[in-house]
Amino acid sequence: MSTELFPFYLAATVALVSTLLAVTRYNPTHALIYFIISLLATAVIFFLLGAPFAAVLEIMIYAGAIVVLFLFVVMMLNLGSRGDELEHQWLKPKMWVMPSVLCLILFFELVYVLSGPSHPITGTAVSPKEVGIQLFGPYVLAVEIASMLLLAGLVGAYHLGRRYLSDARGQS
Amino acid sequence: MIGALISQIRTLWTVLQHTFTPADTVEYPAKPGWFGVTKNSTKVGPYLAPRYRGRIVLTRDPDGVERCVACNLCAVVCPADCIALQKTEDENGRWYPEFFRINFSRCIMCGFCEEACPTYSIQLTPDFEMCEYDRQNLVYEKDNLLIDGPGKYPDYSFYRISGMAIGGKGKGEAENEAPPADVRSLLP
Amino acid sequence: MPDEVFIYVIVFGTLLGTLTFAAVLVWFERRLLGLWQDRLGPNRVGPFGIGLALADILKLLTKEDWIPPFADRIVFIFAPTAVLIAMFMGFTVIPWAPGVQIVDLNIGLLFFLGMTSLAVYSVLLGGLASHNKYSLLGALRAGAQMVSYEVFMGLSLMGVVMLAGSFSLVDIVNAQQDLWFVVSQPLGFFVFLIAGIAESHRLPFDLPEAEHELVAGFHTEYSGMKFGMFMLGEYLGVILISSIMATVFFGGWLGPDFLPPFFWLAIKIFTLICFFVLLRAAIPRPRFDQLMSLGWKIMLPLTLANLLVTGGIVLLTGYQP
Repeated sequence: MSTELFPFYLAATVALVSTLLAVTRYNPTHALIYFIISLLATAVIFFLLGAPFAAVLEIMIYAGAIVVLFLFVVMMLNLGSRGDELEHQWLKPKMWVMPSVLCLILFFELVYVLSGPSHPITGTAVSPKEVGIQLFGPYVLAVEIASMLLLAGLVGAYHLGRRYLSDARGQS
Repeated sequence: MIGALISQIRTLWTVLQHTFTPADTVEYPAKPGWFGVTKNSTKVGPYLAPRYRGRIVLTRDPDGVERCVACNLCAVVCPADCIALQKTEDENGRWYPEFFRINFSRCIMCGFCEEACPTYSIQLTPDFEMCEYDRQNLVYEKDNLLIDGPGKYPDYSFYRISGMAIGGKGKGEAENEAPPADVRSLLP
Repeated sequence: MPDEVFIYVIVFGTLLGTLTFAAVLVWFERRLLGLWQDRLGPNRVGPFGIGLALADILKLLTKEDWIPPFADRIVFIFAPTAVLIAMFMGFTVIPWAPGVQIVDLNIGLLFFLGMTSLAVYSVLLGGLASHNKYSLLGALRAGAQMVSYEVFMGLSLMGVVMLAGSFSLVDIVNAQQDLWFVVSQPLGFFVFLIAGIAESHRLPFDLPEAEHELVAGFHTEYSGMKFGMFMLGEYLGVILISSIMATVFFGGWLGPDFLPPFFWLAIKIFTLICFFVLLRAAIPRPRFDQLMSLGWKIMLPLTLANLLVTGGIVLLTGYQP
C-alpha cells in the first residue's frame, strides 16, 4: 500500500466498519450515529476521488438533513430499553441468511466487474461549476424529473397536513 | 408583516439608545447611592420610605413603659410562625410579655403583626441590614427588640385610652371616658 | 518563515484565538446586556469584572460532572463534543487575512454550511440521550428549527456565489473590492442574518433551550464541563456566523490601508457580535409555530425571489465576475 492511498483505505475501513455496526445495532439511536459516521467517511472518499462538491452535498443533505429526520422519527416513537428487547426478539440468526446471500451475489458481481479491464482512478478534481454545467446541460431532463417528483412529494405532504388540521377542528 | 418588522427595528433602536444612559444600579454597599436622596437628606445609601417593612421593633409608650400587653395576636397572625411570647403581670395588674422572641431567620417581613397589634407596640422599621454568619444570632430576644421611643405613634398610650383598670388609674379615668354607670342605682 | 511552520501557527492561532474569544465573550455579552438594560453587569472579579471569564471556566471544570443513571451514556458523552468539533471545522475555511487561512477550499462556503448542519446532531443527540421530557422537546424544536433554517441559509448565500462566481471565500472577498455584497445583496444578507441567529439558536430564536418553558431545553441534564462545551459551542457558533457574515457580506479583510487587514476583519466581526447581543437585549422570543411559519412562508419565498432576480440580472447584463 502506497502512502498516498493510505487516507483512502482508512476512510474506506471506517465506512465499512461503521456501516456494519449500523446494521447490527439494536438501539436505533446508536445505529443512526454509526450511519452518520459511515456517511461522513463516504464523503471523505468522494473528496479524495476529486469530487469535493459531491462530498459536501453528502454531508449537507444526507448527514445534515435526512438522518436528522430519521432521528426525529426515533424521538417521536418513544423507544426505550423495551424497543431494544423487541429488536432482540425480531433479529434471530436465521434472519441474516437471505440478506447475506443477496450481499454475496452482489459482492461476486463486483469482483467480476473489477477483475475485467482495469480502471485506474484518474484524480481530476471536478469543480462545482462543471457539476452545474453537466446537470443543466446533458442531464437537464433528469433534474426536471427529480424536481417534479419532489414537487409531488411537497404537495402530498401539504395535503396530508391540511386534512389533519381540518379534522382537528371537527369540520370534515 | 412590514409593520411588525419596523416595530422590531424600532425596538432595537430604542434599546441601542440606552448605550448613553447611566445605569440605574446602586452599588450598595460598596458605594453610596445617589438616587432618592432629597435636598435636605444627609443619608447615604439607598432611600427607604418611612413605612418600609424591615427589622421589627417593640416600642414604648410616651411614659417610657413598654406598650406590649402580651395579647398574642401577632404570634397568631404570623404566617411564618416566627414570634413567640409568654404573658405575665406586674404588681399593678398590667400585662407585659415575660419573654418576646422573634426568629428573623424565618420572618418574611410581611407586616401582619404590625397590623394586628392593638397597642401599636410592634412596628416595622426601614432597616434591613441584619446579616449574620451564625443563624442563631438572628433570634432576637426582648432586649434586642425593645427600643426607647414610641416609634411611629409618638402620642399614643394604650392604657391612657382604654377602660382597663390598673394601678394608679381606676375605671372611668381614661381619656374621653365617662365614669362607669352604677347599675344598682334607681336614679335616672 | 517556512510554510509548514506557518500553517501550524495559523491552526493553533485560530484554535486558541477563537477559544479565548468565546470565553471572554461570555463576560463581554453580560456586560453589554447590562449596558443596554441600564444595569452594570458582572463587575466584581478583576478590572471591569473581566476575571469572570476565568472564574467561569474554573467553576465549570471543578463542578461535578454528573451523568444521570437513566441516560444513554455513550451518546450523552458524545453529544457535547460534536458541536465543538463541527464549529472548529467551520473555522478552517475562514480567511483571516490575505494568505492567512488554514485551507482555501474551492467549496469553502459549502463546507461551512455542511459543518453548521452537523452541529444539529449535538443538540439532537444530547436531548435524546438525556431521557428527559424537557430535553426531548428542546431537541425536537432544535431539529425542526435548524433543518428548516439551513435551507434558507444556504439559498441566501447563492446570490453572492452567483455574483462572485465561486464558492471559495477568498474569491468572494476579492470580488468585493468595489462594492460590498451587503449593498448588492441586501435581501440575501437579511435572510442570512435571521437564519444565522436561528442556526446558532441564539435569542430571540433560542426556542430549543427556552428556559421559561423547557427548564433548560436540551441541556437540562447536563452539568460541569459537558454543559460548558454546549455553552462554548454556542458562543463559537456566534463567532463563526459573524465571521462568515463579515467575510461574505462586509468585504472580509478589505478596508483602508491604515490598519492591517486582519484588524478590519476583527472590527467587522466584533460589530456583528455586538449586534447579536443587541438582539438578545431587545427582542422577545417568538412562539415556535410563529418561528416555523416565518421561515417557510416568508423567508423561503424571499430567498427564492432574490435568487431569481439576481440570476436574471446576471444573465441579462452578461455580468462576468
